[in-house]
Amino acid sequence: MVRFFGIIVGLGFVSALIFSIIGSLPFEAAERTAVEDFHQKPRTLALASDGAFGKFDRKQLQRGLQVYNEVCSACHSLRLVSFRDIAALGYNEGQVKSFAAAHEVPSIDPDTGEPATRPGLPKDAFPSPYPNETAARAANNNALPPDLSLITKAREGGAPYVYSLLTGFRNPETYRNEKGEALPADSKPGTGLHFNPWFANLNLAMAPPLTSEGQVTYGPGNPKPTVDQMAKDVSAFLVWTAEPKLENRRAVGWGALGFLLIFTVLTYLSYRQIWADKKH
Amino acid sequence: MTAPAPNAGIESPHDSGVTEDGVRRRDFLNIAAVSFAGVGAVAVVFPLVNQMNPSADVLAEASIDVDISAIERGQAIKTSWRKQPIFIRNLTDKEMAEANAVPLSELRDPQTLAERTKPGKENWLITLGVCTHLGCIPLGAAEGEDKGPYGGYFCPCHGSAYDTAARIRKGPAPLNLQVPEYVFDTDTKVTIG
Amino acid sequence: MSFPWAEAYKPKSGFTQWIDERLPLPRLVYGAIGAGYPVPRNLNYFWNFGVLAGVALTIQIVTGIVLAMHYAANAGIAFDSVEHIMRDVNSGWMLRYMHMNGASFFFIVVYIHMFRGLYYGSYKAPREMIWLLGVVIFLLMMATAFMGYVLPWGQMSFWGAQVITGFFSAIPIVGEPIRQLLLGGFAPDNAALNRFFSLHYLLPFVIAGVIILHIWALHIPGSNNPTGVDVKSESDTVPFHPYYTAKDGFGLGVFLIAFVIMAFFLPNFMGHPDNYIPANPLSTPAHIVPEWYFLPFYAILKSFTGNFLWIPAKLWGVLAMFGSILLLFFLPWLDKSPVRSAKYRPTYRTFFWVLVIDVIILGYLGQAHPSNWTVLASQICTAYYFAHFLIIVPILSRIETTLPMPNSITEAVLSGEADEAHPVGVSATNPAHPEPAKA
Repeated sequence: MVRFFGIIVGLGFVSALIFSIIGSLPFEAAERTAVEDFHQKPRTLALASDGAFGKFDRKQLQRGLQVYNEVCSACHSLRLVSFRDIAALGYNEGQVKSFAAAHEVPSIDPDTGEPATRPGLPKDAFPSPYPNETAARAANNNALPPDLSLITKAREGGAPYVYSLLTGFRNPETYRNEKGEALPADSKPGTGLHFNPWFANLNLAMAPPLTSEGQVTYGPGNPKPTVDQMAKDVSAFLVWTAEPKLENRRAVGWGALGFLLIFTVLTYLSYRQIWADKKH
Repeated sequence: MTAPAPNAGIESPHDSGVTEDGVRRRDFLNIAAVSFAGVGAVAVVFPLVNQMNPSADVLAEASIDVDISAIERGQAIKTSWRKQPIFIRNLTDKEMAEANAVPLSELRDPQTLAERTKPGKENWLITLGVCTHLGCIPLGAAEGEDKGPYGGYFCPCHGSAYDTAARIRKGPAPLNLQVPEYVFDTDTKVTIG
Repeated sequence: MSFPWAEAYKPKSGFTQWIDERLPLPRLVYGAIGAGYPVPRNLNYFWNFGVLAGVALTIQIVTGIVLAMHYAANAGIAFDSVEHIMRDVNSGWMLRYMHMNGASFFFIVVYIHMFRGLYYGSYKAPREMIWLLGVVIFLLMMATAFMGYVLPWGQMSFWGAQVITGFFSAIPIVGEPIRQLLLGGFAPDNAALNRFFSLHYLLPFVIAGVIILHIWALHIPGSNNPTGVDVKSESDTVPFHPYYTAKDGFGLGVFLIAFVIMAFFLPNFMGHPDNYIPANPLSTPAHIVPEWYFLPFYAILKSFTGNFLWIPAKLWGVLAMFGSILLLFFLPWLDKSPVRSAKYRPTYRTFFWVLVIDVIILGYLGQAHPSNWTVLASQICTAYYFAHFLIIVPILSRIETTLPMPNSITEAVLSGEADEAHPVGVSATNPAHPEPAKA
């Protein structure tokens, strides 16, 4: 009985599928979209933190923090990172305190209870440039600048994507893709949008943030602050903000792997020896 | 951990002549494998327990700055440090004299006022507002609260009374109110913690 | 428990004897996973995966309990509380990544365990109850995994909850009220998040309970084995301890190495970037997919595109998706072939491997961008999936010619020696087969 009903039900599902297939025939060829023709895969970006043995380049992270602080933070928050966290970039306690104190964080006036600001303390998170989402949208042509704390984990392509996007603004009039095609008129950026072939739908609301060499002044002993270098540095910094425990994680991972390799060899030998007198 | 004798299995020829050495090697392998598993289990327990310790954001709350310029002689304020109340009291000369007049031998937890304050700032008594008995907040810091029989603090939970140097004088509490670590940054600002 | 020659428990000390007389727990353990449980001597490495599934559940429960000490099931702060675990809690990142990847490894192990059962006919009499309980465990795992994925309250969490509860709205008339009942609202929000957390904490313990029944049912007939031939004499078996405890110890080592590689070096490989974006009820991610272990079922769901008979396409999809799992409950009665192991069922073996490839392709198609060809491919693969279990297997079990089977496990083990002397593909049971001449 089970088999009989099974075959009936099976034929039911198969028929429904055959019906679905017939209903979708003949296939209409899908038109190629501008996104398919113009969207680019992230460019390669080699960072010191790549690979199973990678470690952060702290000098680079410090430069990246500087780029975030002087450029990105005008529109983008970093709300999951606290000032105290930047001690991990190689700053001492005093530097962390003065960095924090240079930022105003929301507070309340202790006498009146009115909203106010006070200088930041190490325990405070990086303050948001806007008090709320509505204000952020209002200031940005209805586009919401995303929080950057997790951006390299929250975007397909990670840090190379961020780097490509920052350096990927092109002139929509003169841009040609690999096949030499110009951008179709209906894909050109509207008002307040900017053409960037690394962005998912080719046009994004963010204006090119890094525009000229020396926009940020790096201290002595650092590379020249070219647009490319600044984009690399801030991408590296955002890898750290998204995964501050990266080095820790790999160190523990190697320890665990080493231990487990010995454990596995021991258990294998023990297994072979226990089974030595049994054919199986 | 030694294997029981094989059942009616097929004995392989080399098994019949187990040497003294072979037995030791067999035991060693099994013991080593099991000990390794034990060590691994202990290593795993550490993070599982350690996760309960205060996290980084809690530890970051470890110090606060307090402006004490508005506290008049004889007044006290309550503030909070690590989610615990802190009493900051500006003692009057009379209160200081009372505290200094008590012989140490009468005290359950002998300490002078000078030991509980900073040199030159003996009028500033900064203590945790946590009764050393079972952790209630003693009365006496706010205006009009019962300061207890010794003019300091009085814990309503189980009747512990503290004097003007916040030393335990009567009741079940074993120790004086704890003095946290603090420094005077200026005459009007202290950093606690 | 199962065979007359099973070693009886003998307390080693006065203390264990004292315990045993009052609470025979040592006796129970000895008979279940100790020297008192005789197991076929010819089990291969695929038999490690049951124990490994237990290990995976243990990892999930232990890491889950400590994560719950820091997680906050509130739509306003759930996302941030997970990031608090990742950034500030001592070793929090490790616990969270272990839990996250542990779920995937639990499914990997259980899928291999299930396909092992399908290949060697472990679901057949007298082991139907073990299989049925196993399917119950699988369903509970899917529910637990789904609700766990909602907890971080990222974009995929939110839209996963939206889509999965949307299945119920396919049910005519009562569908929408049921969906609102499940969510406690019109869209996933605080009410849904709180109940999912409550159930996500509860269900693993229910799974553990059903696992005990699963093992209990296993101990009645004893373990199946690669030949599918019943145990006949003591020489067919070895005591579970130390033989299989040693083998499982080795399997555990290999499993943990794979687990550590993923959890510590590629922790987000099996996840989705969108789940690091906080949930936003007003914006659906461009490409929404479930976790990888649901992808084959997701492909089945999507492959019904036509209203057939009086049933709309959406309901067909939902019925097929649930049906694809529920049909496993009927498998012991769909396949009545007296031969268990696919080793002696050459035609079934071919179809089995087609099914394995079919499910892998369905998994790929589950996450592929929909196009004419991927939809067509998933329709064909879905049709094969149902045809395999509901049409091919029932018919095949009647008409298939099976190979001669060994008389006992011991005989199969001993003839294995002869097997090794032959090149691959040449059956030892057919010595007349010409051997390739050696140069």
